[in-house]
Amino acid sequence: MYRILKAEMLADKIYLMDVEAPRIAKACQPGEFVIVKMDDRGERIPLTICDYNRDKGTITIVFQTVGASTEKMADLKTGDSFEDVVGPLGNASEFVEEDLEEVKKRKYLFVAGGVGTAPVYPQVKWMREHGISVDVIVGAKTKDLLILEDAMREQAGNLYVTTDDGSYERKGMVTEVIKDLVNNQGKQYDVCVAIGPMIMMKFTCLLTKELGIPTVVSLNPVMVDGTGMCGACRITVGDEVKFACVDGPEFDGHKVNFDEAMKRQMMYKSEEGRAILKTREGDTHHGGCGQCGGDN
Amino acid sequence: MDVLKKVPVREQDPKVRATNFEEVCLGYNEEEAREEASRCIQCKNPKCVKGCPVSINIPGFIKEVEEGNIEEAAKVIALSSALPAVCGRVCPQESQCEGQCIRGIKGEPVSIGKLERFVADWSREHGIVPEAPEKTNGKKVAVIGSGPSGLTCAGDLAKLGYEVTIFEALHEPGGVLTYGIPEFRLPKDGVVQPEIDNVRKLGVKIETNVIVGKSVTIDELLDEEGFQAVFIGSGAGLPMFMGIPGENANGVFSANEYLTRSNLMKAFRDDYDTPIVAGNKVAVVGGGNVAMDAARTALRLGAEVHVVYRRSEAELPARAEEVHHAKEEGIIFDLLSNPIEILTDEKGWVNGMKCIRMELGEPDASGRRRPVEVKGSEFVIDVDTVIMSLGTSPNPLISNTTKGLDINKRRCIIAEESTGKTSKEGVYAGGDAVTGAATVILAMEAGRAGARGIDEYLSARN
Repeated sequence: MYRILKAEMLADKIYLMDVEAPRIAKACQPGEFVIVKMDDRGERIPLTICDYNRDKGTITIVFQTVGASTEKMADLKTGDSFEDVVGPLGNASEFVEEDLEEVKKRKYLFVAGGVGTAPVYPQVKWMREHGISVDVIVGAKTKDLLILEDAMREQAGNLYVTTDDGSYERKGMVTEVIKDLVNNQGKQYDVCVAIGPMIMMKFTCLLTKELGIPTVVSLNPVMVDGTGMCGACRITVGDEVKFACVDGPEFDGHKVNFDEAMKRQMMYKSEEGRAILKTREGDTHHGGCGQCGGDN
Repeated sequence: MDVLKKVPVREQDPKVRATNFEEVCLGYNEEEAREEASRCIQCKNPKCVKGCPVSINIPGFIKEVEEGNIEEAAKVIALSSALPAVCGRVCPQESQCEGQCIRGIKGEPVSIGKLERFVADWSREHGIVPEAPEKTNGKKVAVIGSGPSGLTCAGDLAKLGYEVTIFEALHEPGGVLTYGIPEFRLPKDGVVQPEIDNVRKLGVKIETNVIVGKSVTIDELLDEEGFQAVFIGSGAGLPMFMGIPGENANGVFSANEYLTRSNLMKAFRDDYDTPIVAGNKVAVVGGGNVAMDAARTALRLGAEVHVVYRRSEAELPARAEEVHHAKEEGIIFDLLSNPIEILTDEKGWVNGMKCIRMELGEPDASGRRRPVEVKGSEFVIDVDTVIMSLGTSPNPLISNTTKGLDINKRRCIIAEESTGKTSKEGVYAGGDAVTGAATVILAMEAGRAGARGIDEYLSARN
């Protein structure tokens, strides 16, 4: 059992938990993820590692409720436990493995969208810990859905916050901020790391390609085991089919086939996809698809 | 009784079992088992034993069955096999023990598999458990993976007095016995769990949710956690795909995903949260045991199921019993057909599969006749779900994170067959991680060899 030492709601439908998982806390690196399972009948759910404390043996996870399973998870309180937490899964961000001197020479731009702020945070924190000051853009739909702002401000060199509806700080999409920084403020970047909703990563990549900034994205497709066994998370990168769990989750954003990835994700995340799934999954459909909550 | 024929084994009616996940084969009762056992002619030089990868004393245990000493029969088997209830069910007996049986020359061979199963089931039902050694020798061994090779290796080492911990990546132990082979062929609560519990009763600890190579490395196990040797039995879990257009469409699954959802996550049951796409018309591509398992799972979930295989029936790699059962249940075999494209609708969902007819040419390296495309013979099967069952390859996680561990071109770990010894000191390996995807019994044989190798290594160090 993996005890929850802290559980809090960060924003509507977005939750943060500190969980005891000593092996993972000891081994994990920015860029990696975990899979959690609430109880013996639950689904295996891949989640971002937002932070970790190697001394205390804890990891911090952040998740958004998107269906029956994550809603049940949101009810867990401090002192409750997950039956299973496994990880770390996936590969560490490239810069973690690279020669630090090389990394220090580059200018990094981190772009976070919505709940994607959580996986960006440990990367920015790693940069700060290694004496590298980076620019960070955080985008949210509206002020109330902005998460980890203070924590991110502590770690970032410059933090630019934008909301789609203009309810807080800048108004507009993250791509507007990138354009402003590069075109109007004379900023130059060697690497962009963009993590957020698929559509945000797609448009960020279209722009950074135009601007000539190599861009890394982190993908979170459907998975079952997370160790390379099921192949559900396959995506096309350039001419190759990759498994997000063992080959990623980070990939060259300029090579990712986002349209295909979105179609695959739609299977579980759109109204229509869920309706199709409901017929195809028949009696076994109980909301694992996402938001519909199943037949309950 | 006709001594030339096996005592028939009771099975669920095909029409009934096609709609449930209960075990297909019901096994012998004691009377049937003793009758079948009496067919064994107790060869002086038994060929069946040579056909068994773990060399069970087959005439020996059958003699005990014939005389009604089932507990004694169990002891004979236990000398060689840690998982008899599993092997009695899933071994390809027709190409191993039963394939060598003298009875098989004129009639049907002795039903060795069903007798082994009877003995194992009887022992379990009568509460016979293996005994743990009274004292351990204080030496710690780590076993990676709790599938057939890992369980066997761990069990053997525990019997020799070692303190064994198995590290399992998934949340349930058992490896392919748990995530791969379906309930209707290998019941989880009834058969797999008790066999794993028997290994635990020998003193073996099992730590789940540990991915060696990620959660902890082999070097850390050796240098920091006090293990003196490691056995890698991590299997071959990575599914292969064909690389044809449309393969990433919605509704295309690997057999691994399909079976993992159903077996490990119990998606076929309403009271578990994980879903599974049943499909109306399902094509399973491939002809091995895994393809049969996926096909028969989809059938039980309510689909019309076609097995699409590029060679002919004679070359189907699956066990004869699985093919026979699949046919009885109503699986349709589209043989000498090979998919060339998966067709999709505008939303990216499968709505057909384009195939091409094949004919058999000259034998290839495997000795089987090579399938060749028949020009201009393309045709479309109307399906909404495709399950790819083309084989699996070893996971590179461990080899990538362990310095000094050599692998071959197929990413399999290089290990000596008789001892499991690898290129790295103190590290042994066996099963699918070494051979690529094979069978449960071969993995057990390798687990046994690994235990021998580790015992020799650690005994010599004192």
